[in-house]
Amino acid sequence: MVIIFQTKPSILAGGVVAGPLEKRSTFSQYFDAISEDERWQMKTNEQGHRKMIQEACEIAMKKAGVKNLEVDFFLGGDLINQMTPTNFAARELAISFIGLFSACATSVSSVIIASLLTELGASNFSIAGASSQHNAVERQFRYPVNYGAQKPATAQWTVTAAGFALIGKHNDNLPSIEAATIGKVIDFGMDDPFHMGAAMAPAAFQTIQSHLEKRKQKFYNYDLILTGDLGQLGLKLLKGMFAESGVKQEELTLIRDAGTEFYGQDEAFQSGASGAGCSAAVFYSYIDQMMRAGRYKRVLLVATGALLSPLSYQQGETIPCTAHAIEITMK
Amino acid sequence: MEKEQYQQLEQQVTPKPPYLKNIVKAFFVGGIICTIGQAVSLFYMTFFNFTEQTAGNPTVATMVFFAMILTGLGLYKKIGQFGGAGSAVPVTGFGNAVISAAIEHKSEGYVLGVGGNLFKLAGSVVLFGVVSAFFVALIKYILVTLGVVSW
Repeated sequence: MVIIFQTKPSILAGGVVAGPLEKRSTFSQYFDAISEDERWQMKTNEQGHRKMIQEACEIAMKKAGVKNLEVDFFLGGDLINQMTPTNFAARELAISFIGLFSACATSVSSVIIASLLTELGASNFSIAGASSQHNAVERQFRYPVNYGAQKPATAQWTVTAAGFALIGKHNDNLPSIEAATIGKVIDFGMDDPFHMGAAMAPAAFQTIQSHLEKRKQKFYNYDLILTGDLGQLGLKLLKGMFAESGVKQEELTLIRDAGTEFYGQDEAFQSGASGAGCSAAVFYSYIDQMMRAGRYKRVLLVATGALLSPLSYQQGETIPCTAHAIEITMK
Repeated sequence: MEKEQYQQLEQQVTPKPPYLKNIVKAFFVGGIICTIGQAVSLFYMTFFNFTEQTAGNPTVATMVFFAMILTGLGLYKKIGQFGGAGSAVPVTGFGNAVISAAIEHKSEGYVLGVGGNLFKLAGSVVLFGVVSAFFVALIKYILVTLGVVSW
């Protein structure tokens, strides 16, 4: 389903906060703040997770010169059970709040809802975004952090980062959201939780394809098509699918993946980065700043999410995935 | 693209696990851990009043203690990533499974957190270890009774 925004809501400001390990990220120079402590001086990882979300939102508001009382809606989510980190952050921020879960695609699904509320005239300012905290996610979806299990080359590393965007009415000088595609849930029968890129690639393919089709656009009409966290193998698979459908090799170079580039070529991170915080951090820092600087005029951001739980894969279910996209333009 | 076609593409793109390399690494890491275990065992036999039969218990306790220190320092997961089964199969791997769960669940308190989750990973090792020990003992008992082997 493709939505075309008549009023083109703008990204007024981005707020990105990351953990200490993310200093090594190729994108770290674009982040607003990097914490020296992965728990943000709190007692538990989950409390640190909450504080990270709060800080990122506060930075976005501060940059735009908006107080939390002026913000109409807070839309966001994370990967932890019942999304307590985001719920608790919403308690501190005291903004009307709806929690959203699209796994790692929440970074975009939240912005789509915020843009719709803005277009409707219901919102002057909305904060939207997503986050993940490595230790909290690892323990819930996999093993205790210090357990010495060998991860295969297909595994990805969950990022500790929060990325939020303050969405408001259209401004010609700011990156604006022109269109969006809400993805379907796609399941190609992949069932390996250590190979999520392969599970998510078909969802990204479907979303990009239907977005281009409905918008009557070709690959080369975009400066960049950036997926969220497919990782090296997922990106290869996505390109393989497009090559199969007849897209030329030189057009495929327009597709990049935030998860693949996040930690550079470091083999310690296997196939690359993942997590809701990965796409959110890159989209609302690097992309936002590149567009403001005029480097990119039209980009398609495609956040991918694997909709699994530890229970579902232990019960032998395959991994359904989704991908949501926003088309951002700059005059 | 159809599901079957995609699964073929996925098979092509996904690198095969480097079995031989993993086996060699596991052999050396496991071998080093067991050599250290043997040294600890000899230490107890030389300096204390232990025999080859009785040195097992203090040796296991000592090795688990080493695993605890390495887990707490965050080093065991690095050894595990390199050594694979080589560091998971010896008793130090069992220790790591118990201790990493204890560290992880401390935030939920000592009773419901540490107590309730201590054997979350190691529980199946204990269960299936005891069950298989029972059956091995049963088979040996039958063979001894039939006169095939002796105790």
